[in-house]
Amino acid sequence: MSWLVGALVFWAAAWLANIRLANSRWSETRAVRIAVPLLFGVTLLVLWEGLVRGLGVSAVILPAPSQVAETFAASTDTLWQDFRQTVFKGALRGYVIGCIAAFLTAILIDRSAFLTAGLLPVGNFVAALPIVGIAPILVSWFGFDWQSKAAVVVVMVFFPILVNTVQGLRETDAMQRDLMRTYAAGYMQTLIKLRLPAALPFVFNGLKIATTLALIGAIVAEYFGSPTRGMGFRISTGVGALAIDLVWAEIAVAAMAGTAFYGLVAWIEARVTFWHPSQRAKSR
Amino acid sequence: MRSLLPILTVLAAILGLWYLAVAPMNIRVALDQAERGGATITPEGSLARKDVSTWVLMVRNPDHISAGYTLERPRLPTPQQVGQELWKTTGKMAMRGRAWSKRSLIYHGWITLQSTFWGFLLGTTLGILGAVAIVYSRVSDLSLMPWAIISQTVPIVALAPMIIVLSSQLGVDGRVVPKAIISAYLCYFPVLVGMVKGLRSPGRDQLDLLRTYSASGLQSFVKLRLPASIPYLFTSLKVGIAAALVGTIVGELPTGAISGLGARILIGDQFGTPLAIWSALIAAAILAGVLVTLLDIVQRLTLKRMGMAA
Repeated sequence: MSWLVGALVFWAAAWLANIRLANSRWSETRAVRIAVPLLFGVTLLVLWEGLVRGLGVSAVILPAPSQVAETFAASTDTLWQDFRQTVFKGALRGYVIGCIAAFLTAILIDRSAFLTAGLLPVGNFVAALPIVGIAPILVSWFGFDWQSKAAVVVVMVFFPILVNTVQGLRETDAMQRDLMRTYAAGYMQTLIKLRLPAALPFVFNGLKIATTLALIGAIVAEYFGSPTRGMGFRISTGVGALAIDLVWAEIAVAAMAGTAFYGLVAWIEARVTFWHPSQRAKSR
Repeated sequence: MRSLLPILTVLAAILGLWYLAVAPMNIRVALDQAERGGATITPEGSLARKDVSTWVLMVRNPDHISAGYTLERPRLPTPQQVGQELWKTTGKMAMRGRAWSKRSLIYHGWITLQSTFWGFLLGTTLGILGAVAIVYSRVSDLSLMPWAIISQTVPIVALAPMIIVLSSQLGVDGRVVPKAIISAYLCYFPVLVGMVKGLRSPGRDQLDLLRTYSASGLQSFVKLRLPASIPYLFTSLKVGIAAALVGTIVGELPTGAISGLGARILIGDQFGTPLAIWSALIAAAILAGVLVTLLDIVQRLTLKRMGMAA
């Protein structure tokens, strides 16, 4: 009971503190911008812990965060092995292959206005489809190891990046292209010095969407068959074996990997497209 | 309509490539079957063929390439085979009055559609409420927005089996609720982001004008912010419904569901019937197309009525 009350009291206190912080005169500072969401996240964890302990929820249904953290610390070897299999071997390789393929395809079809007009709507449609469903087919084609996972990731990331890059390549206006022509710039020069830089914000948009898709693809593909390691494998067998705390530790790894992957791409974006208005506004 | 010809060309090119790919994909299975049927294949025995490349096999056994197009369990079915399977499990069954049989894709599509709908409703509601909170309260803006972004970087499929276990432990019967939660999780984010943008789209001068009319907060919300956000809302609803469908199918895939399009894919994988997988995939694609088109029509009608048609 005291756990329950304690958690609720903490919640109320954190909520009040956040209101004070957000309406204080430091609310625009970086420290507050980090502290408020952090406090919110901690509150959620404390509530979870308090509810699980206070209501006596069985660990087979929902383990407390502290218990998950214990399991996490005790099984770092397994988690690291799964992480390497799923993220490094499956997701990252597929992501790189898919991104390069989509990028090159976009530059190729951009040369033809006819192809662009045809591929953009089709690509937009395909990007909205539940492509994850293709996972069992690709697993049966490429076998159980990381190759099939990478293949699923390639198919999943291809269309969002293709569509975004093609759209980005159309971003320059006639005035800018005319200027390049008055400089007597050829196709390649215009592409490299004007159109690709102008397309970068769009490309990064696609790259950021693709980070999540890559992890989803790699994990789902493992549900359909994998060597005896990998995050998807551990989750699906863990649920069956009632090792729920290990499953939550694996989910925590997946969450951190997804956030870190997204954060990394966003960080590179801020460095590469520092000139774009959306980035300038942030750094001010 | 000007882009109809290019789109048709691209679609035809995709179909053409698909047909061409069937030959190398299926040659091994076709040769194995022909050999069992008594034909002489070079090289003999599927073990001996294992190290020979598909192209060499095709050149040496040109007579058996066509067999790859009519296999019962192909590695890659032809578009025609998929179409026939699709018709067999939808239109043909409906005509015989068995549209709601467990083998009909109409039945499975309906199951998927239900969860998608509830997830879409839940996700849209959450997204709109969250957006209102973020626009009107600085605390929510600071504390919710970063977590909304982080929530989307978390691969939901990792959570999907847990959500289903949890809801069955809590005594929720059926699979509609957990699937709807998963699709709401994927669906709320585009709506949230779109609505925050839309609710903030009225300019300073417009807000000031309403203040000179001494409009209350509620009035300026109902008469200015809400109407201004409608175009943004529809754009994100179209993204959201596609995401909700993906969520439902993801919820059906890894979790031993027995009905729904995702479950058809799963069962087709377990029983080794590729045609079932492919027809379920195409059915899901058609469903996505229909849902997005429907929302597009509603968007056009609504914006026309509101005088905002593009």
